[in-house]
Amino acid sequence: MDIFGSFALILALLAAVYGFAAGLAGILTRRTLLTKSALNAGMAVFALVTLAVGSLEYFFFTDNFSMAYVAAHSNRALPAFYKFAALWAGQEGSLLFWSWLLSIYVFATLLVNRNKHPELMPYAGVVMAGVQVFFLILNNFVASPFNVMGGPDASGTLRLASLSDGHGLNPLLQYPEMVIHPPMLYLGYTGFTIPFAFALAALLGRYPGEKWIHITRRWTMIAWCFQSIGILLGAHWAYAVLGWGGYWAWDPVENASLLPWITGTAFLHSVMMQEKRGMMKVWNVWLVFTTFMLCILGTLLTRSGVISSVHAFAQSSIGNWFVGFLGLVFLVCFWAYWMNRDYLRSDNQLDSLVSRESSFLFNNLVLLAACFAVLWGTLFPVISEWVVGSKISVGPPFFNKVNVPIALFLLFLTGVGPLLAWRKTSYDALRRNFAVPVIIAVISGIIAFIFGFREIYSLICLILSVFVTLTIAAEFYRGARVIASRDSVNILAAVGELTMRNTRRYGGYIIHFGMVLVFIGIAGQAFNKDIQMEMSAGETLAIGPYSILCQNFDRVANNNYESERATLEVFRSGRSEMMLYPERRFFLASQVTETMVAVRSSPLRDLYVVYAGRSPESGKPVIHAYLNPLVKWIWFGGIVVVLGTGLALLPNRRAAIVLRPVAEKSWGDAVANEASAIGAIARRSESHD
Amino acid sequence: MKGRAKFLIGSAIIVITLVLLAYVGFTQSKTYYHTISELGSLHGTALHQRMRVSGNVRSGSIDRSGGRVDFILEEQGKSLPISYTGRDPLPDTFKDGAQALVEGRLTPDGHFVAEQVQAKCASKYEAAPNQTPGASQPGQTSNGSNAASPGN
Repeated sequence: MDIFGSFALILALLAAVYGFAAGLAGILTRRTLLTKSALNAGMAVFALVTLAVGSLEYFFFTDNFSMAYVAAHSNRALPAFYKFAALWAGQEGSLLFWSWLLSIYVFATLLVNRNKHPELMPYAGVVMAGVQVFFLILNNFVASPFNVMGGPDASGTLRLASLSDGHGLNPLLQYPEMVIHPPMLYLGYTGFTIPFAFALAALLGRYPGEKWIHITRRWTMIAWCFQSIGILLGAHWAYAVLGWGGYWAWDPVENASLLPWITGTAFLHSVMMQEKRGMMKVWNVWLVFTTFMLCILGTLLTRSGVISSVHAFAQSSIGNWFVGFLGLVFLVCFWAYWMNRDYLRSDNQLDSLVSRESSFLFNNLVLLAACFAVLWGTLFPVISEWVVGSKISVGPPFFNKVNVPIALFLLFLTGVGPLLAWRKTSYDALRRNFAVPVIIAVISGIIAFIFGFREIYSLICLILSVFVTLTIAAEFYRGARVIASRDSVNILAAVGELTMRNTRRYGGYIIHFGMVLVFIGIAGQAFNKDIQMEMSAGETLAIGPYSILCQNFDRVANNNYESERATLEVFRSGRSEMMLYPERRFFLASQVTETMVAVRSSPLRDLYVVYAGRSPESGKPVIHAYLNPLVKWIWFGGIVVVLGTGLALLPNRRAAIVLRPVAEKSWGDAVANEASAIGAIARRSESHD
Repeated sequence: MKGRAKFLIGSAIIVITLVLLAYVGFTQSKTYYHTISELGSLHGTALHQRMRVSGNVRSGSIDRSGGRVDFILEEQGKSLPISYTGRDPLPDTFKDGAQALVEGRLTPDGHFVAEQVQAKCASKYEAAPNQTPGASQPGQTSNGSNAASPGN
């Protein structure tokens, strides 16, 4: 069976190499059959990698501990759910998982687009195949998940070995969210390959028109959505599992996941400049390139041991491969850009400071500044060692000092930008759109200040949140009122109709609103409280409005772990409100102890209690209680962002068939457009807002 | 052109502000990595900086009496006495022979006062040769500010 998986991987590599080589030959010789077979090879890669993944999962479920990877990341007593997730628990398996997700994306892209865009697809296919070749080389020759245990004996013949039981899955990963967090994040990382492929393809093929921008934007949105889910789930996991009361620590690995998200966000905004005004073409192409390169850089950081993070994988030489690949990608991108730079000439100039254009420019400027600051802070130990010879790391104060003002400025732009007109906004329009929201926001700020809300950043955040929410609500209202009066429907139905007619625009507003909720949740951090106390049965601890009575400590055991548990009763103004059971679990297979946090979450605040272990001096149990206001808003905001993105990806609803002019578009496109129009379906999938 | 000039001025203001903030944040939070043997050769301001030192906990050196935890860190034959003054309980992985990373400051008498201690078990995956190590055992930190996940 191990041979089966390895063979599937080798064949996948061969198919990818063929896809790359034949695709290239197809472009050079202009033979469409060759191109077609290259694209088919790209689809075959998916089937072959799927077989390899299936084979590795089979080993996990059959407890085959002669496989090194299975022995290192699973054990007999591990629940089936986690045996499945053990696939991505280590270096080799997670790289295989990466290749698999990439192959799914490539398959989906080819399935949707292979018979369209004849000038674009051959190039995109070659780029995607190239990326796949790199990862499949790693899977086959650098970090094979199908290594068997054992080694040569005295006479030099290979002896296979097998363990009676595996080492077990890292207990930190034995948490339901850890089963979905890595796949989401990986779907984000790998997903950015598709926009990269199309951007590079459009540049190399000097693709006429802006069609590639639509495809790129769509795939960027998908990857961005997964990346957002992945980051938030990771934050939630850190919060719920690690037991330090927070969700973001500016750890290098967290930063690595944030970087492509930031540049992806920048691209999703600046791409509108290109669609509407033909500006920022060079910038957009480089944003897509950078996003992809940051994905690779993130993988490099986590897997090479360059940056010391306890997050990181074991130190290994695999980093050199990523450095090499990153260098190659950069050279190809730069070469493609340099050869075709005249193709990216801008059609327009910035007219006024108070315009939609300039709000996008500022948005991109500060997003890039944030990206640069995070990157710089993350790489600082490496840079300082090169430059001054001593390794210097920077901590959360650095990241917060720079990023908090940037985040607030972005929040401000979120409210202002969408309401500014293209080119130039008149003073009257400004007053009409903003007077009411500004006044209400300032009043709510003053009220909050009177009630003792003194933390300056949180206060600004509150004012801006109110302002942005009002401007978004006003946008929906204004549009819906027109529809309501014209079609004589009620205002709620009109809001629905309005949203469905321009999903991209109104989905965008919903995403903005979700971000406002996330911001409010983060601002709550300024009011966090925590207290730590040695407690024995019968003692009480007071935090905020709660008092926590320690009833007793007991032990629980099963065949996966032994646990020490505190039973706490929580009172609020004399009334018993709930029971909390923070635990410390000792996992038998891996011999590691983990905390199990007890959280009581409400929209207003989380009561978060950790059994922190026994005091070094007295041997008494230590209970650490945190009161974290508004944390739930972050997770809820995340859900709103995801729903908004889903909405923005939906096709627009149209009242009637509109045949659009097809000038400026390629012939293939025109055919596709006509076909869909002749199809006489009153909906068209292309959204232009 | 006028819009463009205004935009450039605005951008310059933003960038300068951010650079200043970054500088302040940097000076507040920079931490130097040093090896135990390097500590002896430090002088001047370098002695008073916040730093991180790593090494192995000498067997039998952990002393939990007196309201704090004292232990000795060893690396390449050099040793460094450490006092942990943080209020969080030490991680379970912190025991004789464990790899530890301490963060804090050096006192004038050559003692190291640690505010934070991270510890890592000697990795069990390294036991068998020819076995491919997967994710190494993640360290546990006394304040937990670092997390372990399967990476990216």
